[in-house]
Formats: sequence, C-alpha cells, structure tokens
Amino acid sequence: MDFSFTDEQQELKREARRWLTERYPLDRDFEAEDDRWGELAELGWLGVSVPEEEGGAGLGFVEEAILLEELGYALYPGPYLATVGYALPLLGPEERMQVAAGETRWSVEIHGLVPWLGSVDLVEADGGTAYPAAGEELPTVDPTRPLGRLERGGGTPLPGKRSLPRMRAADACEAVGIAQRALELGIAHVSSREQFGRPIGVYQAVSHALADTYADVELARSLAYWAAWCVATGDEQAAVAAAAAKSFAAEAAVAACERSIQVHGGTGFTWEHPLHRFYKRALWLQGMGASPARLRAQVADLVLGSPVSV
Amino acid sequence: MDLHDTPAEAAFRAELRAWLEENLPADRRGLRGGEQRFDGSFGREWSRKLYEAGYAGLTWPEEYGGAGAPYSHQAIFLEETARAQAPAHVGVIGLGMAGPTIMVHGTGAQKERYLDRILSADEIWCQGFSEPDAGSDLAAVRTRAERHGETYVVNGQKVWSSFAHIADWCILVTNSDPDGKRYRNLTYLLVDMHAPGVEVRPLRQITGEAEFNEIFFSDVEVPVENRLDEEGNGWAVAMTTLMHERGTLGFALTAQLEVGVDRLLEVAREHGDGNALDRDRVAREWVELQALRYTNYRALTTYERTGVPGPEGSVAKLRWSEQNQRLTKLGRELRGTEGLLDDGWWHYQQLRSRGNTIEAGTSEVLRNIIAERVLGLPKSR
Repeated sequence: MDFSFTDEQQELKREARRWLTERYPLDRDFEAEDDRWGELAELGWLGVSVPEEEGGAGLGFVEEAILLEELGYALYPGPYLATVGYALPLLGPEERMQVAAGETRWSVEIHGLVPWLGSVDLVEADGGTAYPAAGEELPTVDPTRPLGRLERGGGTPLPGKRSLPRMRAADACEAVGIAQRALELGIAHVSSREQFGRPIGVYQAVSHALADTYADVELARSLAYWAAWCVATGDEQAAVAAAAAKSFAAEAAVAACERSIQVHGGTGFTWEHPLHRFYKRALWLQGMGASPARLRAQVADLVLGSPVSV
Repeated sequence: MDLHDTPAEAAFRAELRAWLEENLPADRRGLRGGEQRFDGSFGREWSRKLYEAGYAGLTWPEEYGGAGAPYSHQAIFLEETARAQAPAHVGVIGLGMAGPTIMVHGTGAQKERYLDRILSADEIWCQGFSEPDAGSDLAAVRTRAERHGETYVVNGQKVWSSFAHIADWCILVTNSDPDGKRYRNLTYLLVDMHAPGVEVRPLRQITGEAEFNEIFFSDVEVPVENRLDEEGNGWAVAMTTLMHERGTLGFALTAQLEVGVDRLLEVAREHGDGNALDRDRVAREWVELQALRYTNYRALTTYERTGVPGPEGSVAKLRWSEQNQRLTKLGRELRGTEGLLDDGWWHYQQLRSRGNTIEAGTSEVLRNIIAERVLGLPKSR
C-alpha cells in the first residue's frame, strides 16, 4: 500500500498553490472576483481527467482532488467544483472537449437549486438532461456561490450519469482546503497577538483549540484522499468512503473556521478580515446536498445493513 | 497512491493469515486484555512462537535479529492479528520502547546482550518513568542514582508500570545530580528487576484488576555498564523512548479500535431498535475509525522514508483514546439494562478506557505537543 502522492502529483499541488496564491491573495477585492476560466484552461486544470484525444491531460480524480483542495485553500470563486467536480461524468466526448478548452461552464440541479446558475452555460437536471442555464439567481450564505431556480427550455439528453461519490468527495476536498487555511490563519494570529505581555498562543485554552483543529484537519484529509482514490479507481467502497469523507470534512471545516474566529477575538468577527469568507464557504459546503447527519445515516445503512432512513 | 497491497504485501498477509489459522488456539482468541494478558505461561509461549515464525521485531534491522521488513509489514501484522483477535507479544515494552532505544543509544555490548532476548520473549521489560510527583513533568523525577565507583546505587519509587510484576528488566529514568541543571541531571539505566532491593507492588485499578504496578528501589546496585548513553544525558534517551512509544503505537491502537468497532456493529445489529440517534453515533465511530486508519497510512510514508515517527503520531494517540472511551460507553449503553452486567468484554473495556486519555501521555500533554511541535506555537513554559 502506498498512500502518498507521486512526484508529479506533488508538483501539481505546488504549482496550484503558487498560481492561486498569486492570483487570489487574501488582500484581494472580494467584491470584484474573476474566475479566470481561460487561464484555468491554459493550465490544463479543466481537462485534468479528460482523455488526451479530447484535449485533456488523461489523468484522474486524484489530481482533481489535489486541485479542489488548493482551490478551497485559496477560496477560489469560480464554478470549478460544479463543472469538474459535479458535471463531468455526465458529459460525452464533445462536451468534455469544450470543458477542457474552457469554452463551457456547467452546473447541476441539486434539491431544486442550481449552484452558479447565473454564471454557467449549461445545467444538468431531471436525471441526465442538459438545459441552457436560465432562471432566477438567489444569493446564498456564500456571496461567491449563488443558487438559482432553473427555467427549463430546450433540453437535450446527456450520455453519462451523475456520480454522487465523486460530488461528495469533491466537496470534501474543498472543505479540507478551507479548514487548513482557517487553521493557518489562527496559528498566525495567536503567534503574533500579544496580551498580558505574551503571545496569546501560550495560553492552553487558545492553543488546545487549534491542536483540536489540527487533529480534525488531518483526519478529514485522510478521509478525503481515501474517498478520492476510491472514486478514481472505481473502488467498491467509493459510496461509503465519500459519504464518510463529506460528512466529516464539512463539519471539520465549519468547526475549524468557528475556532479560528474565536481565537482571533473581535478581529475575526469583522467584515474586513477574510476569515468570515472561509467560514461562509464551509457552511455552503456543509449545506450543499445531503447534510452530514443524512450522510452518516447512509453510512449506517451501508455498514449496519437494514436501512431505516433516507 | 495505491491502497491495494503490493504483491509482496499480499503474500505476507496471506502467509500470516494461514499461520494464525494454524497456530492460534480458538480459546485464545478474543481475549479482552487486562490480567488475561499475564495468564499463566501462555503469554511467553505465544510470544516465543511469534519469534520463531519471524513475526517478532518485523521492522528491526536484520543485524539485531529482526526481519528488516518495511513498516507496511508491521502495519499488516497488527491489522491481521487484531482481526484474528490474537493476543499481543508480551514483550511490547521491549519491542516498541526498550529495544529501539538501545539500538539508538546502546553500546555494541549492550545491543548484543539485550536485543535478541527481547525478540524471543526470554526477557520481559517494563518502563520506570513516572513517579508519584513526576507524571507529565518527567524531568522532575527524583529516583536517585548515586555513583559509587563502578556502581550506581538506586533509591526511589516509580508508578504506573505495566508488566513490572512479570518483568526481568526495567528502563529506568533516574536523577543522578539533584543539584544539577534541569534536563541535564538525568541518567538512563537498564535495571535488573530480580536484583536485591527491587520490590513490585501491584496497583489495583478502576476495573478491579492489577495491570499496573508500583516499583520500589532500595539501595539497588546497578553496574555502570548498564547505563544507556552518558551520565546526565538521560533526557535525550527518554525522548527517543517516548517518540517510539507514540510512533509504533498508531497502528496497534487503530487495529485494537477495529475490533471494538466490529463488536459495536454487532451489538447495534443485535440490540438496536433502529432509532436514528443510535445509528448516527455508531456511524460516527465507524467514520472516525477509517479516518484514523488512513491517517496512519499517510504517516507510514514519512516513517518509511525517515525511520523516525513524527510528532504527528500524537494525533493518533489523542483521537484513539477519546474514540475508545466513546465507543465502549456506547457498547454498554446500546445493550440497555443488560449493559450493566459484566459480560466479559464491554464492562471491562469501558472502565479500562478511562485510562486511555491518561497513559502514555495525557491528552493535555499531547495537545501541548501538537501545539508547540507541530503547529509551532509559542511555548507555554
């Protein structure tokens, strides 16, 4: 068994961190965000798992998982999660080619709502039908991730199927990136902020909260990578692994942000500090699709048998 | 990234399964630990069998009698023995702590003298670190080692020492210079538990059993050749021991947890009424077990590359202990009123689990280690 990234995968992670840190610094203007879709296509991130003959890199979901974690870490605003994480398995060669080339953005309808409805081109709904994106968009807890009510018109059937494990594993990976960033912001603050003549990180009531966050993040990351590997290889445990990973990572991300806000004191509660944006992203991820409790009910059905719920 | 066994790992796993099937008597499976570990001569016999089959000291270098196998084989060994509910080698302190410490700090003669007998379980080791007034604060030990020519004369008291009542040797942290500088006044000795002046008194614990002991040292003479590393360098040696304690522990603990979670699933199927809250609690324990398992797998890569477990191992110990407390309480609770009975498993495990967040580094100390050594936060002292 080998549960580590290859040299190429590590390089991809480093490259993503470098590029995203430069394009999406924490002191950016969050009200005027650009998804840099064309640049993502040039980097090859949109076609990571698209076959080479369709203009992609011919890699797999582990590489996409690496990118999703980094996109979460940088609080990337665009519909990468919906296009690559959610919609890709539904698409045929033609549509995949357009995605890899950065020509189309996709989303899917979840519980009657469509993430990024106003900024994507096409939407999958009704069990495999593609519709042009149209309809009313509503603001959500995360200002970069609105949800819309689809107005159906001119539907065409899609060849593929949704993969719930893939969608959940993608959410989990983003959540791990969010949690990691919230932890790092907390560490930086308590190491420099002084009260009573000492950095507040010396106080165990403060430091132990961050130690607990670290433990949560490490466990969440392990589950997310496990789920990603299961999805990438079509492992029979993919469904249970993804439900486990999403439920754990989403709760870990929310808790990581809440603890980080707490140790930041009043600063963490301000609009000016970026922490609230990570917190809102974590809440969005937790709320998207099945809730952690529903996911655990599915885990219980899978490991205990005798389904009684969902 | 490939979570399947390599062909070599798969072969090792299959061979081990067959060996366990053939060599482990049915009535020795599923023991619940505690005093049962010390039951008659079986412990040593079983350990001897493991040694003869080459399963003791799997990751020890071949020059010290080990198999020189990769850490993944040790992980597989712990997984498979847990699944077969096989008893552990009785020499866990020797294998996981004394042995690796002697390999790092011992002289050629010391390695020659001790290592092979740890593997074969001919000699059992115990740990003499904690004292009544020095628990988490190990540097404050007061057990005195006074140099008289070629001998140290040892006086003092140690506590919470597992296996001491059956042990032949003790890794002992002593104070060799009461007026010396903190962290520079400790000396690490290898002490013969059969020497005159060593007295072991069992400590009865919350379970009613006596797994731990107090050890009293009264004018015990320890030859200077039994000192590990230099006089005054005991702190560094003790840190080697503790690093190995936590490093090798992760897989063993998770394997043990897997037995617990499997039993919890059985209890939930048998006694559960399908209520969503109980199912949620059971699912949480299953999820957290997987999280610990895959965290260990990730740590394995670092471990194999460097040969040294990182402080990240503290996460495994911290979360394992809290999970074991939750899940054993749940195992009792799901059985309703019947759960009050001493069923031979849950009753013992639930009470025993209260020690998990205290032994081998309290949860408070582990959180300090994570905060300071992993997160790099300013030191609290």
